[in-house]
Amino acid sequence: MKLNLDQEKPIFIQIAEGIKDGILAGAFPEESQIPSITEFSVNYKINPATALKGINLLVDEGIVFKKRGVGMFVAEGAVGKLQKKRQDQFYDNYVSRLVEEAKRLGITSDEIIAMIERGFVQ
Amino acid sequence: MTGIEVRDVSKTFGDTKALSHVDLHFEENTIYGLLGRNGAGKSTLLNIIHNRLFPDSGKVLMEEEVLAENASLLPRCFLVNESNLYPEGMKVKDAFRWSRQFYPDFDEAYAKELCRLFELPVKKKIKSLSTGYQSIFKNITALSVNVPFVFLDEPVLGLDAYHRDLFYKLLIEKYAENPFTAVISTHLIEEAANIIEQVIVLREGQIIRNESMESLLESGYCISGPAAQVDAYIRTREVIGMDTLGGLKTAYVTGKPDQKHLDGLEVSRMDLQRLFIHLTDHAGRR
Repeated sequence: MKLNLDQEKPIFIQIAEGIKDGILAGAFPEESQIPSITEFSVNYKINPATALKGINLLVDEGIVFKKRGVGMFVAEGAVGKLQKKRQDQFYDNYVSRLVEEAKRLGITSDEIIAMIERGFVQ
Repeated sequence: MTGIEVRDVSKTFGDTKALSHVDLHFEENTIYGLLGRNGAGKSTLLNIIHNRLFPDSGKVLMEEEVLAENASLLPRCFLVNESNLYPEGMKVKDAFRWSRQFYPDFDEAYAKELCRLFELPVKKKIKSLSTGYQSIFKNITALSVNVPFVFLDEPVLGLDAYHRDLFYKLLIEKYAENPFTAVISTHLIEEAANIIEQVIVLREGQIIRNESMESLLESGYCISGPAAQVDAYIRTREVIGMDTLGGLKTAYVTGKPDQKHLDGLEVSRMDLQRLFIHLTDHAGRR
């Protein structure tokens, strides 16, 4: 899991998103243990409270669960849940920005569609 | 009140007001960043807390008791700064052994383990160490004393990038496993920014900010774009600073961005270093 701790988003959100990316990419499979708060905070040089806050977001979403005294694990069905959520957010996260940039550059919708088709072929 | 309380502390050196009516509260198990430009009063404040300087007025309390000259409370705080309190001819390992006399929870084995990680030979005399290793030696002591309040005045001064990274990682590891209060004063803000929970900013002997990192960073934002557009946007808003590069302008604005008027402008989060530069800019530099 590679994080780019830029300042555009609060760090706890970046931690949560980084772990989600890891789950989707298969780095943290379902029902496997994820690193501890200490490991996350030492690795990214962040305050443990920040790491905890990020992981608690995932716990609230049912993506990660805590086993008392053992550690934190990826929930069963987490991958499907995340995929569903990202599909729902696809328009806002990608399409609207794509269209915005295309307008700035004077690219038409037909041209974008052609590019997308080319992207799928490659 | 638990923790350490600084109550209305003032200190003058000759004509210079080093601290003026400083009120602060250091809570337990929290990482503080004590920030300020050169001469802002950070070191004076830390020396007063640790009984190495007397304030002209005001006092420092720990659990409602005056800390100054208090032999039972002072060993619960540890200060690392530029001064060396060990006899110069003493070897590193002997210094660790002696530390246990004053700090009964000093972990000698851990200190030696840290020496190994930092590649600091324990048989060397303290005075023969380079500037960087003198800092490392003091930091190792600070990480090993196991007291509830550790104050670090410029802990990474003279350390190379590898050692700075290692120091902060060890500090976080220690803190995560066994919380204590750490007060870090540093000019290398970016490196410590993500570790700090509470930010205290001193300017000319006075506290100008004392709040959580999160609320401080959320108190403003940066907006950039073509100068004319930025100017139009900031006309009705409070601006704490500005950078201009040709026709491009970045303004540092307090409050929250107004989504309705952002067309063509880019919004980014404030970062601690930029905020610090603008907050402590006495000369009104542009």
